[in-house]
Amino acid sequence: MAERRNGMEMVAEKAIELLIRICGISAIVFVFGIFFFVFREGAPALAKIDLGEFLTGGKWIPTSHQPRYGVGALIVGTLSVTAVAMAIAVPFGLGAAVFVSEFCGRRTRETLKIVIELLAAIPSVVWGFIGLSVMSPLLIHGFHVPVGVNLFNGAILLALMSVPIMVSIGEDALKAVPDSYREAALALGATRWQTVWRVLVPAARNGLLAAVLLGVGRAIGETMAVLMATGHSIRIPETLFDPVCTLTATIAAELGETSKGSTHYQVLFLIGVLLFSITFVVNLAADLVVKGIRKR
Amino acid sequence: MGVASSIRFAAALAAVAVLVAGCGGGGGTASGPGARTTIANIGSDTMLNLAAAWAEAYDRVDPSVSVEVSGGGSGQGAAALINGSCDVANCSRKLEEREAGEIRSRRSREPKEHIVGYDALSIFVHRSNPLEEISVEDLGEMYRDGGTITRWSQIGVTIPGAKGDAIILVNRQNSSGTYHYFKEAVVGKKNEFRLSALHMNGSKDAVELIANTPNSIGYSGMGYATPEVRQVRVSRKRGERGIAPCAVSALDGSYPIARPMFMYTAGEPEGALRAYLEWILSPKGQEIVESTGYVPRPAR
Repeated sequence: MAERRNGMEMVAEKAIELLIRICGISAIVFVFGIFFFVFREGAPALAKIDLGEFLTGGKWIPTSHQPRYGVGALIVGTLSVTAVAMAIAVPFGLGAAVFVSEFCGRRTRETLKIVIELLAAIPSVVWGFIGLSVMSPLLIHGFHVPVGVNLFNGAILLALMSVPIMVSIGEDALKAVPDSYREAALALGATRWQTVWRVLVPAARNGLLAAVLLGVGRAIGETMAVLMATGHSIRIPETLFDPVCTLTATIAAELGETSKGSTHYQVLFLIGVLLFSITFVVNLAADLVVKGIRKR
Repeated sequence: MGVASSIRFAAALAAVAVLVAGCGGGGGTASGPGARTTIANIGSDTMLNLAAAWAEAYDRVDPSVSVEVSGGGSGQGAAALINGSCDVANCSRKLEEREAGEIRSRRSREPKEHIVGYDALSIFVHRSNPLEEISVEDLGEMYRDGGTITRWSQIGVTIPGAKGDAIILVNRQNSSGTYHYFKEAVVGKKNEFRLSALHMNGSKDAVELIANTPNSIGYSGMGYATPEVRQVRVSRKRGERGIAPCAVSALDGSYPIARPMFMYTAGEPEGALRAYLEWILSPKGQEIVESTGYVPRPAR
Protein backbone atom coordinates (compact mmCIF):
# COMPACT_ATOMS: atom_id res chain seq x y z
CA MET A 1 0.00 0.00 0.00
CA ALA A 2 2.67 2.38 1.08
CA GLU A 3 4.74 1.46 -1.93
CA ARG A 4 1.83 2.13 -4.24
CA ARG A 5 1.29 5.50 -2.72
CA ASN A 6 4.96 6.16 -3.23
CA GLY A 7 4.56 5.22 -6.88
CA MET A 8 1.62 7.62 -7.23
CA GLU A 9 3.59 10.35 -5.56
CA MET A 10 6.47 9.71 -7.90
CA VAL A 11 4.19 10.12 -10.91
CA ALA A 12 2.60 13.25 -9.50
CA GLU A 13 6.02 14.63 -8.73
CA LYS A 14 7.21 13.99 -12.27
CA ALA A 15 4.05 15.49 -13.78
CA ILE A 16 4.37 18.66 -11.75
CA GLU A 17 8.05 18.91 -12.57
CA LEU A 18 7.22 18.61 -16.27
CA LEU A 19 4.50 21.25 -15.95
CA ILE A 20 6.85 23.69 -14.27
CA ARG A 21 9.51 22.95 -16.87
CA ILE A 22 7.05 23.78 -19.64
CA CYS A 23 6.12 27.02 -17.89
CA GLY A 24 9.79 27.93 -17.68
CA ILE A 25 10.56 27.14 -21.29
CA SER A 26 7.36 28.78 -22.59
CA ALA A 27 8.86 32.25 -22.10
CA ILE A 28 11.65 31.35 -24.53
CA VAL A 29 9.18 29.84 -26.98
CA PHE A 30 7.01 32.95 -26.86
CA VAL A 31 9.91 35.35 -27.36
CA PHE A 32 11.24 33.41 -30.32
CA GLY A 33 7.75 32.86 -31.69
CA ILE A 34 6.94 36.56 -31.59
CA PHE A 35 10.29 37.49 -33.09
CA PHE A 36 9.81 34.90 -35.83
CA PHE A 37 6.34 36.14 -36.81
CA VAL A 38 7.28 39.81 -36.70
CA PHE A 39 10.38 39.09 -38.76
CA ARG A 40 8.41 36.95 -41.24
CA GLU A 41 5.97 39.80 -41.88
CA GLY A 42 8.76 42.35 -42.24
CA ALA A 43 11.45 40.36 -44.05
CA PRO A 44 10.07 40.67 -47.63
CA ALA A 45 10.61 44.43 -47.40
CA LEU A 46 14.36 43.85 -47.06
CA ALA A 47 14.46 42.89 -50.72
CA LYS A 48 12.56 46.01 -51.80
CA ILE A 49 14.31 48.74 -49.86
CA ASP A 50 17.88 49.76 -49.25
CA LEU A 51 18.78 48.82 -45.66
CA GLY A 52 21.27 51.69 -45.38
CA GLU A 53 18.64 54.21 -46.41
CA PHE A 54 16.11 52.58 -44.09
CA LEU A 55 18.35 52.97 -41.03
CA THR A 56 19.86 56.38 -41.75
CA GLY A 57 17.46 58.10 -44.15
CA GLY A 58 15.62 61.14 -42.84
CA LYS A 59 12.62 60.93 -45.16
CA TRP A 60 9.60 58.92 -44.04
CA ILE A 61 6.86 59.37 -46.66
CA PRO A 62 5.33 55.90 -46.97
CA THR A 63 1.99 56.88 -48.55
CA SER A 64 3.34 59.11 -51.31
CA HIS A 65 3.31 58.06 -54.97
CA GLN A 66 7.10 57.92 -54.61
CA PRO A 67 7.38 56.37 -51.16
CA ARG A 68 10.55 56.79 -49.10
CA TYR A 69 11.20 54.63 -46.06
CA GLY A 70 13.90 56.23 -43.92
CA VAL A 71 13.56 55.86 -40.16
CA GLY A 72 16.78 57.63 -39.13
CA ALA A 73 14.86 60.56 -37.65
CA LEU A 74 12.51 58.17 -35.84
CA ILE A 75 15.41 56.29 -34.25
CA VAL A 76 16.93 59.56 -33.06
CA GLY A 77 13.48 60.56 -31.79
CA THR A 78 13.02 57.38 -29.76
CA LEU A 79 16.53 57.48 -28.30
CA SER A 80 16.38 61.18 -27.40
CA VAL A 81 12.97 60.96 -25.69
CA THR A 82 14.10 57.89 -23.74
CA ALA A 83 17.40 59.50 -22.73
CA VAL A 84 15.77 62.69 -21.45
CA ALA A 85 13.05 60.69 -19.69
CA MET A 86 15.69 58.61 -17.90
CA ALA A 87 17.67 61.72 -16.92
CA ILE A 88 14.51 62.83 -15.10
CA ALA A 89 13.24 59.47 -13.87
CA VAL A 90 16.40 57.82 -12.51
CA PRO A 91 17.17 60.38 -9.77
CA PHE A 92 13.48 60.66 -8.86
CA GLY A 93 12.76 56.93 -8.98
CA LEU A 94 15.83 55.71 -7.10
CA GLY A 95 15.61 58.63 -4.66
CA ALA A 96 12.01 57.71 -3.90
CA ALA A 97 12.99 54.04 -3.53
CA VAL A 98 15.67 54.95 -0.97
CA PHE A 99 13.26 57.22 0.90
CA VAL A 100 10.46 54.65 1.00
CA SER A 101 12.75 51.84 2.04
CA GLU A 102 15.08 53.56 4.50
CA PHE A 103 13.93 56.95 5.71
CA CYS A 104 10.20 57.16 6.20
CA GLY A 105 7.95 55.82 8.92
CA ARG A 106 5.53 52.95 8.41
CA ARG A 107 2.41 55.04 7.83
CA THR A 108 4.08 57.38 5.36
CA ARG A 109 5.46 54.34 3.57
CA GLU A 110 2.06 52.68 3.22
CA THR A 111 0.46 55.89 1.92
CA LEU A 112 3.33 56.54 -0.49
CA LYS A 113 3.24 53.02 -1.86
CA ILE A 114 -0.49 53.19 -2.53
CA VAL A 115 -0.18 56.56 -4.28
CA ILE A 116 2.79 55.39 -6.37
CA GLU A 117 0.88 52.28 -7.41
CA LEU A 118 -2.00 54.56 -8.38
CA LEU A 119 0.42 56.48 -10.61
CA ALA A 120 1.27 53.21 -12.36
CA ALA A 121 -2.41 52.47 -12.92
CA ILE A 122 -3.13 55.57 -15.02
CA PRO A 123 -3.70 54.44 -18.64
CA SER A 124 -1.24 55.80 -21.17
CA VAL A 125 -3.97 57.46 -23.27
CA VAL A 126 -4.82 59.57 -20.23
CA TRP A 127 -1.14 60.54 -19.92
CA GLY A 128 -1.18 61.48 -23.59
CA PHE A 129 -4.25 63.62 -23.09
CA ILE A 130 -2.61 65.39 -20.14
CA GLY A 131 0.44 66.02 -22.34
CA LEU A 132 -1.63 67.42 -25.18
CA SER A 133 -4.03 69.66 -23.29
CA VAL A 134 -2.45 70.44 -19.90
CA MET A 135 1.34 70.27 -20.27
CA SER A 136 1.48 71.76 -23.76
CA PRO A 137 0.18 75.27 -22.80
CA LEU A 138 2.21 75.14 -19.57
CA LEU A 139 5.42 74.52 -21.52
CA ILE A 140 4.63 77.26 -24.06
CA HIS A 141 4.19 79.86 -21.33
CA GLY A 142 6.74 78.50 -18.88
CA PHE A 143 9.63 78.13 -21.31
CA HIS A 144 8.63 80.65 -24.01
CA VAL A 145 8.72 78.12 -26.83
CA PRO A 146 6.48 78.17 -29.91
CA VAL A 147 5.15 74.62 -29.55
CA GLY A 148 4.24 72.67 -26.42
CA VAL A 149 4.00 69.11 -27.72
CA ASN A 150 7.68 68.25 -27.98
CA LEU A 151 10.57 66.08 -26.83
CA PHE A 152 10.50 67.52 -23.29
CA ASN A 153 6.74 67.03 -22.90
CA GLY A 154 6.97 63.39 -23.97
CA ALA A 155 10.02 62.82 -21.77
CA ILE A 156 8.27 64.17 -18.65
CA LEU A 157 5.30 61.86 -19.27
CA LEU A 158 7.55 58.86 -19.85
CA ALA A 159 9.50 59.72 -16.71
CA LEU A 160 6.30 59.83 -14.68
CA MET A 161 5.23 56.52 -16.19
CA SER A 162 8.48 54.71 -15.45
CA VAL A 163 9.04 56.12 -11.93
CA PRO A 164 6.52 53.72 -10.27
CA ILE A 165 8.32 50.67 -11.71
CA MET A 166 11.69 51.98 -10.55
CA VAL A 167 10.35 52.72 -7.06
CA SER A 168 8.74 49.30 -6.53
CA ILE A 169 11.66 47.27 -7.86
CA GLY A 170 14.29 49.56 -6.34
CA GLU A 171 12.58 49.33 -2.96
CA ASP A 172 12.47 45.52 -3.18
CA ALA A 173 16.18 45.48 -4.01
CA LEU A 174 17.02 47.65 -1.00
CA LYS A 175 14.73 45.56 1.24
CA ALA A 176 16.61 42.45 0.16
CA VAL A 177 19.86 43.75 1.66
CA PRO A 178 20.21 41.87 5.00
CA ASP A 179 19.62 43.94 8.13
CA SER A 180 23.01 42.84 9.44
CA TYR A 181 24.58 45.26 6.90
CA ARG A 182 22.60 48.15 8.37
CA GLU A 183 23.45 47.07 11.91
CA ALA A 184 27.13 46.77 11.06
CA ALA A 185 27.16 50.22 9.47
CA LEU A 186 25.41 51.65 12.51
CA ALA A 187 27.89 49.93 14.83
CA LEU A 188 30.77 51.51 12.93
CA GLY A 189 29.26 54.92 13.58
CA ALA A 190 28.11 55.61 10.01
CA THR A 191 25.44 58.29 9.52
CA ARG A 192 22.22 57.34 7.76
CA TRP A 193 23.43 58.95 4.56
CA GLN A 194 26.74 57.05 4.69
CA THR A 195 24.85 53.82 5.33
CA VAL A 196 22.71 54.36 2.24
CA TRP A 197 25.42 55.61 -0.10
CA ARG A 198 28.36 53.42 0.96
CA VAL A 199 26.62 50.23 2.09
CA LEU A 200 23.08 49.73 0.83
CA VAL A 201 23.32 51.09 -2.71
CA PRO A 202 26.47 49.08 -3.57
CA ALA A 203 24.93 45.97 -1.99
CA ALA A 204 21.69 46.37 -3.96
CA ARG A 205 23.23 47.59 -7.22
CA ASN A 206 22.07 44.66 -9.34
CA GLY A 207 18.48 45.15 -8.28
CA LEU A 208 18.72 48.91 -8.74
CA LEU A 209 20.19 48.47 -12.21
CA ALA A 210 17.35 46.09 -13.05
CA ALA A 211 14.89 48.74 -11.83
CA VAL A 212 16.46 51.37 -14.10
CA LEU A 213 16.52 49.05 -17.12
CA LEU A 214 12.90 48.04 -16.70
CA GLY A 215 12.15 51.75 -16.66
CA VAL A 216 14.13 52.18 -19.90
CA GLY A 217 12.17 49.31 -21.44
CA ARG A 218 8.90 50.93 -20.43
CA ALA A 219 10.01 54.23 -21.95
CA ILE A 220 11.18 52.78 -25.27
CA GLY A 221 8.07 50.68 -25.71
CA GLU A 222 5.49 53.27 -24.71
CA THR A 223 3.17 54.23 -27.55
CA MET A 224 0.01 56.21 -26.92
CA ALA A 225 1.43 58.89 -24.63
CA VAL A 226 4.36 59.72 -26.93
CA LEU A 227 2.07 59.62 -29.96
CA MET A 228 -0.04 62.38 -28.47
CA ALA A 229 2.56 64.41 -26.58
CA THR A 230 5.69 64.53 -28.74
CA GLY A 231 4.10 66.24 -31.73
CA HIS A 232 4.89 63.44 -34.17
CA SER A 233 7.10 65.62 -36.34
CA ILE A 234 9.66 63.82 -38.48
CA ARG A 235 12.95 65.63 -37.87
CA ILE A 236 16.21 65.40 -35.95
CA PRO A 237 15.63 67.44 -32.77
CA GLU A 238 18.06 70.32 -32.21
CA THR A 239 16.78 71.59 -28.89
CA LEU A 240 14.96 70.08 -25.91
CA PHE A 241 11.77 71.74 -27.12
CA ASP A 242 11.66 70.47 -30.70
CA PRO A 243 8.79 68.15 -31.57
CA VAL A 244 9.94 64.63 -32.46
CA CYS A 245 8.51 61.38 -33.77
CA THR A 246 9.21 57.94 -32.29
CA LEU A 247 9.32 54.43 -33.76
CA THR A 248 6.47 53.12 -31.63
CA ALA A 249 4.17 56.06 -32.36
CA THR A 250 4.71 55.57 -36.09
CA ILE A 251 3.66 51.93 -35.90
CA ALA A 252 0.64 52.83 -33.77
CA ALA A 253 -0.49 55.63 -36.07
CA GLU A 254 -0.05 53.79 -39.35
CA LEU A 255 -0.34 50.02 -38.96
CA GLY A 256 -4.14 49.94 -38.65
CA GLU A 257 -4.67 51.49 -42.05
CA THR A 258 -2.11 49.79 -44.27
CA SER A 259 -3.28 46.90 -46.37
CA LYS A 260 -1.76 43.58 -45.39
CA GLY A 261 1.27 42.57 -47.46
CA SER A 262 2.02 46.04 -48.90
CA THR A 263 5.55 47.42 -48.66
CA HIS A 264 4.40 50.01 -46.12
CA TYR A 265 2.97 47.21 -43.95
CA GLN A 266 6.16 45.17 -44.19
CA VAL A 267 8.35 48.16 -43.38
CA LEU A 268 6.27 48.85 -40.26
CA PHE A 269 6.99 45.28 -39.15
CA LEU A 270 10.65 45.88 -39.91
CA ILE A 271 10.46 48.82 -37.48
CA GLY A 272 9.09 46.28 -34.98
CA VAL A 273 12.16 44.10 -35.56
CA LEU A 274 14.32 47.18 -35.04
CA LEU A 275 12.62 47.96 -31.70
CA PHE A 276 13.11 44.33 -30.72
CA SER A 277 16.82 44.59 -31.50
CA ILE A 278 17.19 47.82 -29.50
CA THR A 279 15.61 46.28 -26.38
CA PHE A 280 17.70 43.14 -26.90
CA VAL A 281 20.90 45.19 -26.96
CA VAL A 282 19.82 47.14 -23.85
CA ASN A 283 19.10 43.90 -21.95
CA LEU A 284 22.30 42.25 -23.12
CA ALA A 285 24.34 45.27 -22.06
CA ALA A 286 22.64 45.18 -18.68
CA ASP A 287 23.46 41.50 -18.26
CA LEU A 288 27.10 42.09 -19.12
CA VAL A 289 27.32 45.05 -16.74
CA VAL A 290 25.79 43.01 -13.92
CA LYS A 291 28.18 40.13 -14.59
CA GLY A 292 31.11 42.53 -14.68
CA ILE A 293 30.14 43.97 -11.31
CA ARG A 294 29.86 40.46 -9.86
CA LYS A 295 33.32 39.46 -11.03
CA ARG A 296 34.90 42.42 -9.32
CA MET B 1 -9.61 57.86 -30.71
CA GLY B 2 -11.50 58.43 -27.49
CA VAL B 3 -14.77 59.00 -29.28
CA ALA B 4 -14.35 55.86 -31.34
CA SER B 5 -13.70 53.69 -28.33
CA SER B 6 -16.54 55.18 -26.32
CA ILE B 7 -18.93 54.55 -29.19
CA ARG B 8 -17.67 51.01 -29.44
CA PHE B 9 -18.11 50.66 -25.71
CA ALA B 10 -21.68 51.94 -25.96
CA ALA B 11 -22.31 49.48 -28.76
CA ALA B 12 -20.90 46.68 -26.61
CA LEU B 13 -23.14 47.73 -23.74
CA ALA B 14 -26.13 47.71 -26.06
CA ALA B 15 -25.16 44.25 -27.28
CA VAL B 16 -24.96 42.99 -23.70
CA ALA B 17 -28.35 44.54 -22.94
CA VAL B 18 -29.82 42.78 -25.97
CA LEU B 19 -28.32 39.47 -24.87
CA VAL B 20 -29.68 39.83 -21.36
CA ALA B 21 -33.11 40.80 -22.65
CA GLY B 22 -33.01 37.88 -25.08
CA CYS B 23 -32.21 35.42 -22.29
CA GLY B 24 -34.89 36.73 -19.96
CA GLY B 25 -37.58 36.68 -22.63
CA GLY B 26 -37.85 32.91 -22.64
CA GLY B 27 -39.80 31.31 -25.46
CA GLY B 28 -42.70 33.77 -25.47
CA THR B 29 -41.53 36.46 -27.87
CA ALA B 30 -39.62 34.81 -30.64
CA SER B 31 -39.32 37.94 -32.78
CA GLY B 32 -38.17 39.96 -29.74
CA PRO B 33 -34.93 41.87 -29.33
CA GLY B 34 -32.88 38.79 -30.22
CA ALA B 35 -33.77 39.31 -33.88
CA ARG B 36 -31.90 42.64 -34.10
CA THR B 37 -29.89 43.16 -37.26
CA THR B 38 -26.51 44.83 -36.94
CA ILE B 39 -24.89 47.14 -39.48
CA ALA B 40 -21.14 47.58 -39.04
CA ASN B 41 -20.02 51.04 -40.14
CA ILE B 42 -16.27 51.80 -40.13
CA GLY B 43 -14.10 54.53 -41.59
CA SER B 44 -13.25 58.22 -41.79
CA ASP B 45 -12.58 60.12 -38.59
CA THR B 46 -13.91 63.25 -40.26
CA MET B 47 -17.29 61.57 -40.67
CA LEU B 48 -17.26 59.91 -37.23
CA ASN B 49 -19.41 62.53 -35.46
CA LEU B 50 -21.89 62.45 -38.31
CA ALA B 51 -22.01 58.66 -38.61
CA ALA B 52 -22.54 58.34 -34.85
CA ALA B 53 -25.36 60.90 -34.94
CA TRP B 54 -27.04 58.99 -37.77
CA ALA B 55 -26.70 55.69 -35.90
CA GLU B 56 -28.20 57.17 -32.76
CA ALA B 57 -31.14 58.78 -34.54
CA TYR B 58 -31.81 55.65 -36.60
CA ASP B 59 -32.26 53.69 -33.39
CA ARG B 60 -35.53 55.59 -32.93
CA VAL B 61 -36.56 55.16 -36.59
CA ASP B 62 -36.10 51.39 -36.66
CA PRO B 63 -35.28 49.86 -33.24
CA SER B 64 -34.76 46.43 -34.81
CA VAL B 65 -31.58 47.64 -36.51
CA SER B 66 -28.47 48.53 -34.57
CA VAL B 67 -25.72 50.48 -36.32
CA GLU B 68 -22.24 50.11 -34.83
CA VAL B 69 -19.92 52.94 -35.76
CA SER B 70 -16.17 53.20 -35.38
CA GLY B 71 -13.49 55.49 -36.81
CA GLY B 72 -9.82 55.00 -37.65
CA GLY B 73 -9.60 56.75 -41.00
CA SER B 74 -10.92 56.33 -44.53
CA GLY B 75 -8.16 53.80 -45.26
CA GLN B 76 -9.27 51.66 -42.36
CA GLY B 77 -12.87 51.75 -43.61
CA ALA B 78 -11.78 50.66 -47.08
CA ALA B 79 -9.60 47.89 -45.59
CA ALA B 80 -12.56 46.67 -43.51
CA LEU B 81 -14.80 46.63 -46.58
CA ILE B 82 -12.16 44.65 -48.49
CA ASN B 83 -11.86 41.93 -45.86
CA GLY B 84 -15.58 41.91 -45.12
CA SER B 85 -15.48 43.10 -41.52
CA CYS B 86 -17.87 45.98 -42.17
CA ASP B 87 -21.06 46.54 -44.17
CA VAL B 88 -20.58 50.23 -44.95
CA ALA B 89 -17.28 52.11 -45.20
CA ASN B 90 -17.18 55.86 -44.54
CA CYS B 91 -14.69 57.62 -46.79
CA SER B 92 -13.86 61.30 -46.89
CA ARG B 93 -12.13 60.65 -50.25
CA LYS B 94 -12.92 58.61 -53.32
CA LEU B 95 -12.09 54.92 -53.13
CA GLU B 96 -8.70 54.31 -54.73
CA GLU B 97 -8.53 52.18 -57.88
CA ARG B 98 -6.44 49.62 -56.00
CA GLU B 99 -9.00 49.38 -53.18
CA ALA B 100 -11.91 49.06 -55.60
CA GLY B 101 -9.98 46.31 -57.40
CA GLU B 102 -9.42 44.40 -54.18
CA ILE B 103 -13.13 44.57 -53.35
CA ARG B 104 -13.86 43.14 -56.80
CA SER B 105 -11.31 40.35 -56.49
CA ARG B 106 -11.79 39.42 -52.82
CA ARG B 107 -15.52 40.00 -52.34
CA SER B 108 -16.38 39.49 -56.03
CA ARG B 109 -18.72 42.47 -55.86
CA GLU B 110 -18.71 45.87 -57.46
CA PRO B 111 -18.09 48.68 -54.89
CA LYS B 112 -21.07 51.03 -54.82
CA GLU B 113 -20.56 54.70 -54.06
CA HIS B 114 -23.10 56.88 -52.19
CA ILE B 115 -22.51 60.63 -51.75
CA VAL B 116 -24.02 61.38 -48.34
CA GLY B 117 -23.07 65.03 -47.85
CA TYR B 118 -20.27 67.55 -48.26
CA ASP B 119 -17.43 68.64 -46.05
CA ALA B 120 -15.60 71.94 -46.22
CA LEU B 121 -12.06 71.85 -44.82
CA SER B 122 -11.59 74.80 -42.54
CA ILE B 123 -8.21 76.44 -42.03
CA PHE B 124 -7.85 76.96 -38.28
CA VAL B 125 -5.55 79.30 -36.39
CA HIS B 126 -5.23 80.16 -32.71
CA ARG B 127 -7.87 82.63 -31.46
CA SER B 128 -5.23 85.31 -30.84
CA ASN B 129 -3.99 85.14 -34.46
CA PRO B 130 -5.16 88.23 -36.41
CA LEU B 131 -4.97 86.44 -39.81
CA GLU B 132 -8.26 87.07 -41.66
CA GLU B 133 -7.76 85.29 -44.96
CA ILE B 134 -5.17 83.21 -46.78
CA SER B 135 -4.75 81.96 -50.31
CA VAL B 136 -4.37 78.32 -51.32
CA GLU B 137 -1.05 79.37 -52.93
CA ASP B 138 0.32 80.64 -49.61
CA LEU B 139 -0.93 77.56 -47.80
CA GLY B 140 0.89 75.46 -50.38
CA GLU B 141 4.13 77.36 -49.77
CA MET B 142 3.72 76.70 -46.03
CA TYR B 143 2.94 73.00 -46.28
CA ARG B 144 5.08 72.04 -49.30
CA ASP B 145 8.44 70.38 -48.72
CA GLY B 146 10.91 73.12 -49.69
CA GLY B 147 8.20 75.80 -49.65
CA THR B 148 9.22 79.42 -49.07
CA ILE B 149 6.93 80.48 -46.21
CA THR B 150 8.11 79.45 -42.74
CA ARG B 151 7.55 82.58 -40.64
CA TRP B 152 4.38 84.53 -39.92
CA SER B 153 6.05 87.86 -40.71
CA GLN B 154 6.47 86.72 -44.34
CA ILE B 155 2.71 87.07 -44.86
CA GLY B 156 2.50 90.18 -42.69
CA VAL B 157 1.12 88.61 -39.53
CA THR B 158 2.24 89.40 -35.99
CA ILE B 159 0.56 87.31 -33.33
CA PRO B 160 0.21 89.18 -30.03
CA GLY B 161 1.76 87.26 -27.14
CA ALA B 162 3.33 84.60 -29.37
CA LYS B 163 6.73 83.09 -28.63
CA GLY B 164 8.78 83.69 -31.74
CA ASP B 165 7.72 84.06 -35.34
CA ALA B 166 7.93 80.48 -36.64
CA ILE B 167 4.84 78.94 -38.22
CA ILE B 168 3.91 75.71 -36.43
CA LEU B 169 2.28 73.55 -39.08
CA VAL B 170 -0.32 71.08 -37.89
CA ASN B 171 -0.86 68.15 -40.23
CA ARG B 172 -2.70 64.81 -39.94
CA GLN B 173 -1.41 61.25 -39.88
CA ASN B 174 -0.64 59.94 -43.36
CA SER B 175 -3.52 57.44 -43.42
CA SER B 176 -6.17 60.11 -42.99
CA GLY B 177 -8.46 60.89 -45.92
CA THR B 178 -8.32 64.55 -44.96
CA TYR B 179 -4.51 64.44 -45.27
CA HIS B 180 -4.66 63.08 -48.79
CA TYR B 181 -7.37 65.51 -49.87
CA PHE B 182 -5.42 68.47 -48.46
CA LYS B 183 -2.28 67.28 -50.24
CA GLU B 184 -4.12 67.05 -53.54
CA ALA B 185 -6.00 70.35 -53.20
CA VAL B 186 -3.32 72.53 -51.58
CA VAL B 187 0.18 71.05 -51.76
CA GLY B 188 -0.19 69.58 -55.20
CA LYS B 189 -0.01 65.97 -56.34
CA LYS B 190 3.61 66.22 -57.50
CA ASN B 191 4.88 67.78 -54.27
CA GLU B 192 5.50 66.31 -50.84
CA PHE B 193 4.40 67.63 -47.46
CA ARG B 194 6.97 69.32 -45.24
CA LEU B 195 7.97 66.47 -42.91
CA SER B 196 8.63 68.71 -39.91
CA ALA B 197 4.90 69.46 -39.53
CA LEU B 198 3.19 68.01 -36.45
CA HIS B 199 1.25 64.92 -37.51
CA MET B 200 -1.79 64.60 -35.27
CA ASN B 201 -3.79 61.42 -34.99
CA GLY B 202 -7.38 62.54 -35.47
CA SER B 203 -9.25 65.76 -36.31
CA LYS B 204 -10.03 66.49 -32.68
CA ASP B 205 -6.39 66.24 -31.57
CA ALA B 206 -5.38 68.60 -34.37
CA VAL B 207 -7.92 71.25 -33.33
CA GLU B 208 -7.01 70.77 -29.66
CA LEU B 209 -3.35 71.38 -30.46
CA ILE B 210 -4.13 74.54 -32.47
CA ALA B 211 -6.27 75.78 -29.56
CA ASN B 212 -3.30 75.79 -27.21
CA THR B 213 -0.49 76.74 -29.60
CA PRO B 214 -0.58 80.46 -30.60
CA ASN B 215 1.87 80.07 -33.54
CA SER B 216 0.05 77.20 -35.20
CA ILE B 217 -2.05 76.79 -38.32
CA GLY B 218 -3.86 73.63 -39.35
CA TYR B 219 -6.87 72.15 -41.11
CA SER B 220 -9.82 69.92 -40.26
CA GLY B 221 -13.43 69.40 -41.25
CA MET B 222 -15.66 72.46 -40.77
CA GLY B 223 -17.64 70.51 -38.15
CA TYR B 224 -14.67 70.45 -35.78
CA ALA B 225 -14.63 74.22 -35.17
CA THR B 226 -14.59 75.18 -31.48
CA PRO B 227 -14.68 78.59 -29.76
CA GLU B 228 -10.98 78.09 -28.95
CA VAL B 229 -9.86 78.36 -32.60
CA ARG B 230 -10.59 80.76 -35.47
CA GLN B 231 -11.60 79.83 -39.01
CA VAL B 232 -9.86 81.77 -41.76
CA ARG B 233 -11.37 82.80 -45.14
CA VAL B 234 -9.68 81.08 -48.06
CA SER B 235 -9.05 82.33 -51.60
CA ARG B 236 -7.78 80.43 -54.61
CA LYS B 237 -5.01 82.87 -55.53
CA ARG B 238 -3.10 85.67 -53.82
CA GLY B 239 -5.04 88.91 -54.09
CA GLU B 240 -8.42 87.29 -54.70
CA ARG B 241 -11.26 87.68 -52.22
CA GLY B 242 -11.29 85.09 -49.46
CA ILE B 243 -14.41 82.94 -49.07
CA ALA B 244 -15.71 81.85 -45.66
CA PRO B 245 -16.35 78.12 -45.27
CA CYS B 246 -20.12 77.52 -45.15
CA ALA B 247 -22.81 75.37 -46.74
CA VAL B 248 -23.49 77.78 -49.61
CA SER B 249 -19.88 78.35 -50.61
CA ALA B 250 -19.07 74.63 -50.33
CA LEU B 251 -21.95 73.64 -52.62
CA ASP B 252 -21.58 76.31 -55.31
CA GLY B 253 -17.85 75.54 -55.53
CA SER B 254 -16.64 79.02 -54.61
CA TYR B 255 -14.92 77.73 -51.46
CA PRO B 256 -11.68 76.18 -52.73
CA ILE B 257 -11.27 73.29 -50.28
CA ALA B 258 -14.57 71.43 -50.06
CA ARG B 259 -15.25 67.82 -50.96
CA PRO B 260 -18.02 65.25 -51.02
CA MET B 261 -18.28 62.60 -48.28
CA PHE B 262 -18.87 59.01 -49.38
CA MET B 263 -20.29 55.82 -48.03
CA TYR B 264 -19.26 52.65 -49.85
CA THR B 265 -20.95 49.26 -49.89
CA ALA B 266 -19.76 46.06 -51.54
CA GLY B 267 -22.39 45.56 -54.19
CA GLU B 268 -25.93 46.99 -54.28
CA PRO B 269 -27.15 47.37 -50.64
CA GLU B 270 -30.04 45.12 -49.62
CA GLY B 271 -32.59 44.81 -46.83
CA ALA B 272 -31.90 46.74 -43.64
CA LEU B 273 -28.74 48.27 -45.10
CA ARG B 274 -30.63 49.61 -48.10
CA ALA B 275 -33.31 51.11 -45.82
CA TYR B 276 -30.60 52.75 -43.69
CA LEU B 277 -28.84 54.35 -46.67
CA GLU B 278 -32.15 55.55 -48.09
CA TRP B 279 -32.99 57.12 -44.75
CA ILE B 280 -29.59 58.86 -44.68
CA LEU B 281 -30.31 60.45 -48.07
CA SER B 282 -33.88 61.39 -47.04
CA PRO B 283 -34.64 64.89 -45.67
CA LYS B 284 -34.58 63.52 -42.08
CA GLY B 285 -31.10 62.07 -42.51
CA GLN B 286 -29.82 65.17 -44.28
CA GLU B 287 -31.09 67.37 -41.42
CA ILE B 288 -28.56 65.58 -39.22
CA VAL B 289 -25.79 66.41 -41.71
CA GLU B 290 -26.61 70.07 -41.23
CA SER B 291 -26.94 69.89 -37.44
CA THR B 292 -23.51 68.25 -37.04
CA GLY B 293 -21.79 71.04 -38.96
CA TYR B 294 -21.49 69.56 -42.46
CA VAL B 295 -23.19 70.46 -45.72
CA PRO B 296 -26.25 68.43 -46.82
CA ARG B 297 -26.75 67.26 -50.41
CA PRO B 298 -28.58 69.79 -52.58
CA ALA B 299 -32.34 69.07 -52.61
CA ARG B 300 -33.42 67.45 -55.84
